[in-house]
Amino acid sequence: MTSLIPPATSDRAAKVMLWVSASIAMLTLLFILGYIVVQGLPVLTLSFLLESPRLSGAEGGILPAIVGTFCLLLVTLLSAVPIGIGAAIYLAEYAPEGVVTRIISFGVECLAGIPSIVIGLFGYAFLVIYLGFGFSILSGGLALMFMILPWVVRVSEESLKAVPGGLREGSLALGATKWQTVSRVVLPSAIPGITTGVILGIGKAIGETAVIMFTAGSSLLMPTSLFDPVRALPYHLYILASEGISDKMAYGSSVVLLVMVLVMNLAAVAIQRHYGRHHVRN
Amino acid sequence: MSEIEIESRNLDLWYGSAQALKEITMAMPEKKVTAIIGPSGCGKSSFIRCINRMNDLVKDCHITGELLFEGTNIYGNNVDAVELRKKIGMVFQKPNPFPMSIYDNVAYGPRVHGLRNREELDRIVEESLKASALWNEVGDIPDRSAIDLSGGQQQRLCIARTLAVKPKVILFDEPCSALDPISTAKIEDLINTLKHDYTIVIVTHNMQQAARVSDYTAFFLLGELVEFGKTKQIFELPEKKSTEDYITGRFG
Ligand SMILES: Nc1ncnc2c1ncn2[C@@H]1O[C@H](COP(=O)(O)OP(=O)(O)O)[C@@H](O)[C@H]1O
Ligand SMILES: [Mg+2]
Repeated sequence: MTSLIPPATSDRAAKVMLWVSASIAMLTLLFILGYIVVQGLPVLTLSFLLESPRLSGAEGGILPAIVGTFCLLLVTLLSAVPIGIGAAIYLAEYAPEGVVTRIISFGVECLAGIPSIVIGLFGYAFLVIYLGFGFSILSGGLALMFMILPWVVRVSEESLKAVPGGLREGSLALGATKWQTVSRVVLPSAIPGITTGVILGIGKAIGETAVIMFTAGSSLLMPTSLFDPVRALPYHLYILASEGISDKMAYGSSVVLLVMVLVMNLAAVAIQRHYGRHHVRN
Repeated sequence: MSEIEIESRNLDLWYGSAQALKEITMAMPEKKVTAIIGPSGCGKSSFIRCINRMNDLVKDCHITGELLFEGTNIYGNNVDAVELRKKIGMVFQKPNPFPMSIYDNVAYGPRVHGLRNREELDRIVEESLKASALWNEVGDIPDRSAIDLSGGQQQRLCIARTLAVKPKVILFDEPCSALDPISTAKIEDLINTLKHDYTIVIVTHNMQQAARVSDYTAFFLLGELVEFGKTKQIFELPEKKSTEDYITGRFG
């Protein structure tokens, strides 16, 4: 069947449709961001950032929630990065191709598919109760680690596998051991990719409520140790909104959350720039 | 004739059940250039990669026979491949500089082998860059990324990196096949200089190159060593018909 529409016309039509799709996507994003920022801006003062909440958060600031979120992410980062990269190095560089590797990879994939609420329940049973960490930064951070670990492993493994084999051979041919080769040549070459994976994972973790409400608690006091409970920002704004405490404050908290995500992404770009400076530029 | 540095005796190599090298017996003299020529897929790379045990990395690759380096069978029980590779360096077909600075590329080997002294490292880097005819071009920009160099410079950097480890033997696997004629000529000149200090084995599919740089030539065909001898003799008076056919360009 020959089309009745001339190719030039359909070409133009396709262009217009793609442009419209792209515009809708951009506008939606801008609208959401704009709406939140406009709603949240009035409460965004220095005291909002630097004070503790009063009246369950209806007044005062959100400093404990900001600090709590940072502490949780720090525990998550410090546990997920070494474990995730270690596992990825094992899978990509050491594990013999075969049944065991495939079983581990399959396990990692399954872990990635577990709904966060289930990880929250597991974290409650295992970390809070069984290990006795209680509702705490430690429990929440580790539970978030369980959630993002599969991402970190998968992305790291792929980044390692993407490092050209010629670099490994070049290093080994100079009399380097396998570990020297992996740690000094392969891993640094994979850092930009791994960073992206970790940031993606942390980006998931920062907005997570289901996992932490079962593990980190909901205290509005300033934490003083790893074993203190905290209320993370997304959970705080969930409570502010769902219990009708203050919509204004909820939007203010959202803006802070957005800025934190933005800062993290900028950090990722900076790291990639730094490590990527030796990579092929076109 | 000088001392024999590397000698292969009845060397067989299989990838799984496919035999890639059959009964290779030949001796490579010290501080001479031995070229290995032959059509694509005849086993040149497989053979040269036996000499520094690079084939250890290939799954399902197994080797029988002997490969002697300074009289010791490198496939013997108590030979450490990592130690061996400090003495037998290798330059690959595709330049493979590490994604680091020029300086760090050259210092990589010495550092990996435990050298920390900055002055000593500086000295080795300078020496190696001079010996690989790269000093004039990059001596004043050691902190530049190696990735920014041209292909020919990258390959000479890979040679410098190998020299920095102070090997006795350097293996070249088609080092110029990715390079332009001018870069190729520079590498050939370099090989002609290096042979005063190192034993060199070079794989090439370029017969003129073999004729220009080598003292001895081995002609491989379908995994077998057809003929081995002084380069002059192989090129002017080959004993075997297939050698003559290959050299005169009748196949391959
Ligand atoms: N890693 C490998 N696994 C299986 N077969 C291989 C491998 N490397 C080379 N071969 C095979 O061995 C033969 C010789 O290859 P090679 O030594 O690379 O030849 P050349 O370097 O002379 O072109 C070819 O048939 C090739 O397909
Ligand atoms: Mg080859």
